[in-house]
Amino acid sequence: MKIVKLHRKLSSVLKLSLALFFSFSLSLSAQEPSEEQAKAGKALFNMHCASCHKLNKKSTGPALYKVAERREMDWLKAWIKNNNKLRASGDADAKAIYEEYGGVAMSVFEFLSDKQIEDILAYTTVGDAKKATGNVAAAHAVEVESTPSEILPKIATIVVVLVLLSLIGWVFLKSNNGFLKIFAVIILVFLGVYFGFTALMSIGVDEGYQPVQPIAFSHKIHAGDNKIDCQYCHSSAKHSKTSGIPSVNVCMNCHKNISEVADDTKIDIKGKEYLDKEIQKVYEAAGWDAENLKYTGETKPIKWVRIHNLPDFAYFNHSQHVTVAGVKCQKCHGPVEEMDEMYQFSPLTMGWCIDCHKETEVNIEGNGYYKKIHEQLSHKYGVEKVTIAQLGGKECGKCHY
Amino acid sequence: MASNKKYWKSVEELNENSSIVASLEQNEFNEGQAPESFLGDKETLEASSTTRRDFLKYVGFTTVAASLAACEGPVIKSIPYVVKPEEVTPGIANYYASTIADGFDFANVLVKTKEGRPVFILPNKEAKGTTNARVNASVLSLYDSLRLRGPKVKGNTASWSDVNGKITAQLETLSNAGEKIVILTGTLASPSTDALIADFAKKYNNVSHVVYDAISESAALDAFQEVYGERALANYKLEDAKTIVSIGADFLGDWQGGGFEAAYAAGRDVKAGKFSRHIQFEGNYSLTGANADKRVVLKPSEQAYALINLYNAVTGQNLASKKTPGDAAIKQAAAQLKKSGSKAVVITGIQDKNAQLIALAINNYLNSEILDTTNVKYVRGGNDAEVSTLIAELKAGKVGALITYNTNPVYTLAKSADFKAGLKKTKLTVGFSSKEDETLNEMQFALPTPSYLEAWGDVKMTASQYSLTQPTIKPLFDSKQFQDCLLAWSGQTTSYYDYLSAYAKSDVLGDKSWNTTLHDGFAPLSATVLSASDIDVTAAASAFKSGIKSGAFELTLYSSVAMGDGQQANNPWLQELPDPLTRASWDNYLLMSKADADELGFSNPIKDNGAINGQYATLTVNGVKLENVPVLIQPGQAKGSLGLSYGYGKTKALKEEMLVGVNAYSIAFGGSQVVSVENTGGDHLFACEQLQHTIAGRHDILRETSLEQYQHGHAEEWNPRPEVSLKHQETDVNKVDLWEDHDRSIGHHFNLSIDLTSCTGCGSCVIACHAENNVPVVGKHEVRVGRDMHWLRIDRYYTSEGDAITDNKKTNSASSEDSAELYQKLETPEAINPQVAFQPLMCQHCNHAPCETVCPVAATSHGRQGQNQMAYNRCVGTRYCANNCPYRVRRFNWFKYNSNDEFDFHMNDDFGKMVLNPDVVVRSRGVMEKCSMCIQMTQATILNAKNEGRAIDVNEFTTACSSACATGSIKFGDINSPEDEVTELRKDKRAYRLLEFIGTDNNVVYQTKIRNTNEA
Repeated sequence: MKIVKLHRKLSSVLKLSLALFFSFSLSLSAQEPSEEQAKAGKALFNMHCASCHKLNKKSTGPALYKVAERREMDWLKAWIKNNNKLRASGDADAKAIYEEYGGVAMSVFEFLSDKQIEDILAYTTVGDAKKATGNVAAAHAVEVESTPSEILPKIATIVVVLVLLSLIGWVFLKSNNGFLKIFAVIILVFLGVYFGFTALMSIGVDEGYQPVQPIAFSHKIHAGDNKIDCQYCHSSAKHSKTSGIPSVNVCMNCHKNISEVADDTKIDIKGKEYLDKEIQKVYEAAGWDAENLKYTGETKPIKWVRIHNLPDFAYFNHSQHVTVAGVKCQKCHGPVEEMDEMYQFSPLTMGWCIDCHKETEVNIEGNGYYKKIHEQLSHKYGVEKVTIAQLGGKECGKCHY
Repeated sequence: MASNKKYWKSVEELNENSSIVASLEQNEFNEGQAPESFLGDKETLEASSTTRRDFLKYVGFTTVAASLAACEGPVIKSIPYVVKPEEVTPGIANYYASTIADGFDFANVLVKTKEGRPVFILPNKEAKGTTNARVNASVLSLYDSLRLRGPKVKGNTASWSDVNGKITAQLETLSNAGEKIVILTGTLASPSTDALIADFAKKYNNVSHVVYDAISESAALDAFQEVYGERALANYKLEDAKTIVSIGADFLGDWQGGGFEAAYAAGRDVKAGKFSRHIQFEGNYSLTGANADKRVVLKPSEQAYALINLYNAVTGQNLASKKTPGDAAIKQAAAQLKKSGSKAVVITGIQDKNAQLIALAINNYLNSEILDTTNVKYVRGGNDAEVSTLIAELKAGKVGALITYNTNPVYTLAKSADFKAGLKKTKLTVGFSSKEDETLNEMQFALPTPSYLEAWGDVKMTASQYSLTQPTIKPLFDSKQFQDCLLAWSGQTTSYYDYLSAYAKSDVLGDKSWNTTLHDGFAPLSATVLSASDIDVTAAASAFKSGIKSGAFELTLYSSVAMGDGQQANNPWLQELPDPLTRASWDNYLLMSKADADELGFSNPIKDNGAINGQYATLTVNGVKLENVPVLIQPGQAKGSLGLSYGYGKTKALKEEMLVGVNAYSIAFGGSQVVSVENTGGDHLFACEQLQHTIAGRHDILRETSLEQYQHGHAEEWNPRPEVSLKHQETDVNKVDLWEDHDRSIGHHFNLSIDLTSCTGCGSCVIACHAENNVPVVGKHEVRVGRDMHWLRIDRYYTSEGDAITDNKKTNSASSEDSAELYQKLETPEAINPQVAFQPLMCQHCNHAPCETVCPVAATSHGRQGQNQMAYNRCVGTRYCANNCPYRVRRFNWFKYNSNDEFDFHMNDDFGKMVLNPDVVVRSRGVMEKCSMCIQMTQATILNAKNEGRAIDVNEFTTACSSACATGSIKFGDINSPEDEVTELRKDKRAYRLLEFIGTDNNVVYQTKIRNTNEA
């Protein structure tokens, strides 16, 4: 046992000294990359490399952090410029790496100059400067505090109601004034009707409904920060009645390569670690093995909680509004690009629909369907542009069948 | 003038003193919901231990609990695909061309799928496909929850590999022992399957293939084979016919596979300047008889003699025959045939090879161009002789293995006991079916096959067309195609799909592409004319004559429009489809003439709510008894002739409500049969709509005229414009208005035109409407009490023969001798042979709708596009609208029909619900519903055009009924579009609107019915 221990110690010392030696020699041979070089390299990396490579993780291609320390610069240049040529020349390393990544040939970058390649490699050597990891704490600190301007009216209302109630109580218990009693009863009835009516009218109106979703998907990060078009994911909105919750394969178009939240993403809630786990949930759903970079075939559909629930008897068609009318998604769904957690922005009541139909002019631009009817109707009503309601958009049967 | 003709739906209406008719005319809702139905009966109430105070406590508690529970809305999950198939966009329908071939119905169809679920069957018009009610309903049979869900061995579930292994081993043993292996199938008409069976026969010794049709056309096949040398059925180009004489052939029904209605209607198109004369000789009142210009009632034995007499009259020969009551009509028919010459055709439904030979001989004598021996039909292939031999062999234990597919002999054979006994002696019995039906229950191996909507296949219905079947949904259950199993048993590793495509490419398609054929659903083939050999008519006639059996009662079994051969008996849409003639659903019954019924003491008493009762009869044929057959009296039934439909009385794989009727196959010994009838009394409750939705004496609702009048008379005479008195002046009703009318010239204005001449009453539109609009099925009892939910119904009116104008002349004619008699015939309920007119009726979408003005909550309102709209969520169920509707087309939801065990039909099971159209709401209890003129379809058409940024194409608008109509009777379109067909039709001189004089300004237009009364 002792011998073994000694042996281990010896070997570790050996390794350490070797490592020291190599790092010294490497740092001697490769010049310390400058910050400017790394910056230019980052831009190039993001433009040309990032779709297949990451710094710290295997992706379609190998992780590139400090790749310049593992390979010869000349070899790297040759590989990057035209890896096919390099492989054809019989280079064993080139062939090996090609085999290792499943025979997927890397694109050819002959247009990159040596300088540009050096910049990129400089960036891969330096990597991203680590930010202070304070996200988690910060997220918890950002709790919305009500400002005094919001609180004051609330307090005032409560006080008024309390005073009123105690007054009424006093009238009933202590006072003998018949008129006051009748007056109090009338006030009670009015209050009851008012609050009762408001309460009843709000039944089934789910404005602000914000259920907890199985995956903490943030529209803010996707549509806001990264400016992904709404219809990239909700692609059926322009064709169909449903906007379509994207299928998991649409998520995987990007998330095959994005397995964690990027460091420069602004995170208001929960924190990076938490969100990274959420991306893992997408992999689980898609059956993606992030280690071996392949699909296992074991899928687990995501059970999203539906937020916008129109009743069965109301027919709504997205394509009519998105494609034909050209209405922006935000008109009904609100500032989705600012929502970390999606909620129902509009009341989705019939009155809300009708109000819009009454005011909105029909978008006839370049649409052959409207040509004749719009001409006739604008003549009939003596207006330049007819509203949706004038076109029949207020009829019951247009949405109820 | 036109209104002189009296129309009636039920014999009871002709009884002027009938209080029931009077009360039914007064009441829209002849039976409200009885308090007992929701209160429970008195005894149970009294036996309950709950006191009044406890009851109030429960009420209080449940109210509070319910309101608390209602505070929180349900959480609805949305589960997207993991990998979305490229061709699926949620919310957008995909269409696939396919072909149905279930052994009874054959048709080129388009399958509409939503999110991968087939929801609607349309005819594939490019392939000249037409769909009947059963084909339209087949989409619901796909979702039959009682389908066999996996293979079974002797009643125990097993795996496919296990089953295939066992069967292959046994087949090898049997083959080596030289035992007979028989494959018994229905008509497949599948060239690739025939090739596959031939391959199978190479692998094993002694394999034979027997084809068996439940409703046999063997006689016609035998006759055609004898004359033309090929086992096929003649086709008929009825579109070119000038005279059609049919003796007992229900060719607008299922005779020889059906599918003639489109050609028939095309040959009776007054606008195209052609109108055939159709003379029908028959005993039962068939759909074909109902459409005939002249119908002569003859019982089956008389029809047989009439056929020989017709031959004699046409050819001038003198073959031995007998006189029949129809001889005068036969002579006239012969004259008519000779006059039309090569444009004439004779067809017969008499199930006798010699009768079929005589019909072919007449056609050949006439040089008939209508008889088409080029494009022959393969939709029936059964061979009675081979089937009889097989049963005898089975019984003798001479068969080693029996494999059945697409057939249900235990149910459909009269000698089913022999067959069952034979199965016991057979070493290996394998049955393929989608349901665990009567036959599969007797088999060692019960193997599930997919529905045609889940399967591959090819069909050769006619000589000139090759059609393909393609799957439109993944198999719902653990089923395998018969063909795949045959391949596995033959030791081949290819799938049937590969086999089929290879076969089609090498043997059929030539240089045509497989993908194009699959996309179109069909490929045209070239066919050669078959030459006829001589027919020995004398021998045929004498053999035929000696075989004619006559008796006091002769029974003709027929296939009903709804049920066909009965394989879709578990389909609630079809069960609830009223028979076109009797208007009864959920039943089969013995049809009997009034005279016979009186003699035997049968009657159909009518209850207060319009429902009809009847008594039971026991039928005896060849010593076999069929008991408890309810009797329905049918006006126009030949005296001495009885009718009973196939397809009912099944016992296996049916929901409880579907266990109705008696099995007519059990007494089907072939041909027409002499029977004895015994009245056993009892009280049978029919679900019959004869007296419901009465027309309350407004006979003007139906208009008809003769071809003569149409061509030479004034339209004013036979289609007068109604006038009303305005300031003591007769004024056109359409110029009088209570209100200031809206301008309807802008935008779309939808109109529906229904041609009463070409409507055959087939009911295809009714089922299409059910499928498109999620119309609930209500069940036998509810139909009986008049609460059917059909948005679209086809009213059947009886009337006396002749057109209105000639009738008038007849009754006024001077020849006093027969005038009284004629009058009697015209108006008595015993009218031997009333004529029939069909009238599809749905919401008329009145521009001045009486329903809209009386709705207290404005739930029904008018759209700018002419549709009378119904907002179900607004309706509170006062039913004022239905009371005020002159057309009786509004339907009230008395109950919750979905997810309700009391109504255990498709809307109460998870599979059946998959057929629901996601674009139309499922209505709840307590609201009124009605035809919307398929507003979801018109809106979709408009939106499509908008999305593509183009104007609407000509005739682009359709409704479910107009797309399903095989004869083109129902046309839909926009009358503000001058090129749309319906614009022309609305102005046609035949056009009239129902009860126009009340000024409702309907958007549904009817075209006056025309009958060709020109005698040669």
